[in-house]
Amino acid sequence: MASINQNALSNGLPDFRNLGVIARVLVGVNLLALGAVLAASSGWDDLLDRLMLAAGFIEPILLASVLLLVILSPMLVRMRFVAGASAVLVLVLAVTAVAYDGVARVFGVPVGGELARVLLLATMATIMLLGYLRLATKAYSPALAEARLQALQARIRPHFLFNSLNAVLSLVRRDPVRAERALEDLADLFRTLMSDARQFVLLADEIALLERYASIEQLRLGERLRIVWDLDAAPSDAILPPLVLQPLLENAVYHGVEPSIEPADVVVRIAQHGDRLRVLVENPFSDRHAHHAGNRMAIENIRERLMLFFDAEARLSARIEGKRYIAEIEMPYRPAPKAPRGAIAGARPEG
Amino acid sequence: MLRVFIADDEAPARARLRELLEDIGAELQTQVVGEARNGIEAIDRLPASGAQVLLLDIEMPGMHGLEVARHIARLASGPAVIFVTAHDRHAVEAFELNALDYLLKPVRAARLAAALKRAQAAGPPAAKTLETAADQLRETDGRGRTHFSLAERNRIVLVPVSDVVYLKAEQKYVTLRTREREHLVDESLIALEREFGERFVRIHRNCIVARDAVRGFERATATEDDEAHWLVVLEGIPERLPVSRRQWAMVRALVAQS
Repeated sequence: MASINQNALSNGLPDFRNLGVIARVLVGVNLLALGAVLAASSGWDDLLDRLMLAAGFIEPILLASVLLLVILSPMLVRMRFVAGASAVLVLVLAVTAVAYDGVARVFGVPVGGELARVLLLATMATIMLLGYLRLATKAYSPALAEARLQALQARIRPHFLFNSLNAVLSLVRRDPVRAERALEDLADLFRTLMSDARQFVLLADEIALLERYASIEQLRLGERLRIVWDLDAAPSDAILPPLVLQPLLENAVYHGVEPSIEPADVVVRIAQHGDRLRVLVENPFSDRHAHHAGNRMAIENIRERLMLFFDAEARLSARIEGKRYIAEIEMPYRPAPKAPRGAIAGARPEG
Repeated sequence: MLRVFIADDEAPARARLRELLEDIGAELQTQVVGEARNGIEAIDRLPASGAQVLLLDIEMPGMHGLEVARHIARLASGPAVIFVTAHDRHAVEAFELNALDYLLKPVRAARLAAALKRAQAAGPPAAKTLETAADQLRETDGRGRTHFSLAERNRIVLVPVSDVVYLKAEQKYVTLRTREREHLVDESLIALEREFGERFVRIHRNCIVARDAVRGFERATATEDDEAHWLVVLEGIPERLPVSRRQWAMVRALVAQS
């Protein structure tokens, strides 16, 4: 399975293009400013005045710095942590100095005190925020490893494994060729389920995996399972976190098709909408969805994985419309890099 | 020749069991007398098949295997039951606790032969044992009975729990009322209330009614020192049932909630 290491968590610097990170920086700086003003002020009236003055000075610096960081983010991601952090600091200081100069010129008087003091404040704010964001990323790293383990356990539903093996056994004598193919599909599926879950994967490969999984389920469930594939608008060069699509489909089969006496159809729709990638899996709603803790757990699991990879920029919603259960994922569309470091040439399962 | 009935929702799984039964033919002669793809079908087809042993998958659509076994146990000359499961931890626990025989998928020929021989010797499971196991399973994974059942000559009539309007105790039996008709079930009202407490509400010492069947209340034209002051109006049946004074506050509150 091809994997592309684009994980922004790698060097300890935050991904400045991530909305969640941007939000934290904006809130963080303003909180620090508020704290500083609160400490320096002598009363409530005075506080408001100082706050307005500080905001007028700080916000332009803040916004300009964030904008520059967003623009320079691809460069920063490639640096080591110390170099990257120093670069961020230098950048913030430069912006501050320019802004200070500008304000001093316009008003003819220094507003925020002497330049050195302002720069010192900016330095402290920057270091505190970088430190906080690094800690936050680090706090996620064990979570990531653990999430992988949990995902692995949640992924391999014993129910699915044993029933699939049983189905293959029934084929061995009657249709050995089909039995072979089914075992190969199972092997591919489990290889992926056990692979490193921390790397982005190609959508085309995820779709191939979905089809392997579907063919195993088809073997077991026969005409009870009908899958409608709507993949014409799927950008096959997109990259996405692993183990997001297949669990969604498995969930649909387990909760929507297996409990149903009548044949049931599952719709899988993957499409690109501008810079967003949308995935929809729809299946008949059954009571098992509502009552089964397994469904909630699977959905939570996928949601957590999306958050680890995309923070606030991806979302997963599950809803009931009439007699259908609809799970929908929206995430940023990211095309695979043109010349990945040999990753795509890896062991891609044969089509 | 041992007559075997196979119930499993997956066609390959049924095929595999048939294959294994052939394989053990030298050791134990068997004949497959019927198959079913789900519990309801099994209950429908099994009585006429004359099966001596039922190989019963427990994870089937519509009805859990343990419930299927409970309904089938109402037959006068029911089959022995061997449960089959791929992986249902809770069910296996309940089987172990109650010494019910089960096989794990994929099934091995030798284990199948041994289980069939045991089943042949032991005969059908006691209804009480199945009930205890089902109660335990309900406690661990929350899945309860979906149907009531009644044996009528050599067949089983199923009544979905959701069709029941009220259950009323009279002497030895409990009357089960649906919109269409009445049945008598051989169970205690207290046990039924415990099992279906979420669905029914007690309106009287001897009666529980389905919450979603309650349409309203009527003032009873009681004259003497009658206990009943209010009557429940129920969906789909003309009959009015008295609410006891003791239950009235709770009944009104519960129905108002929903």
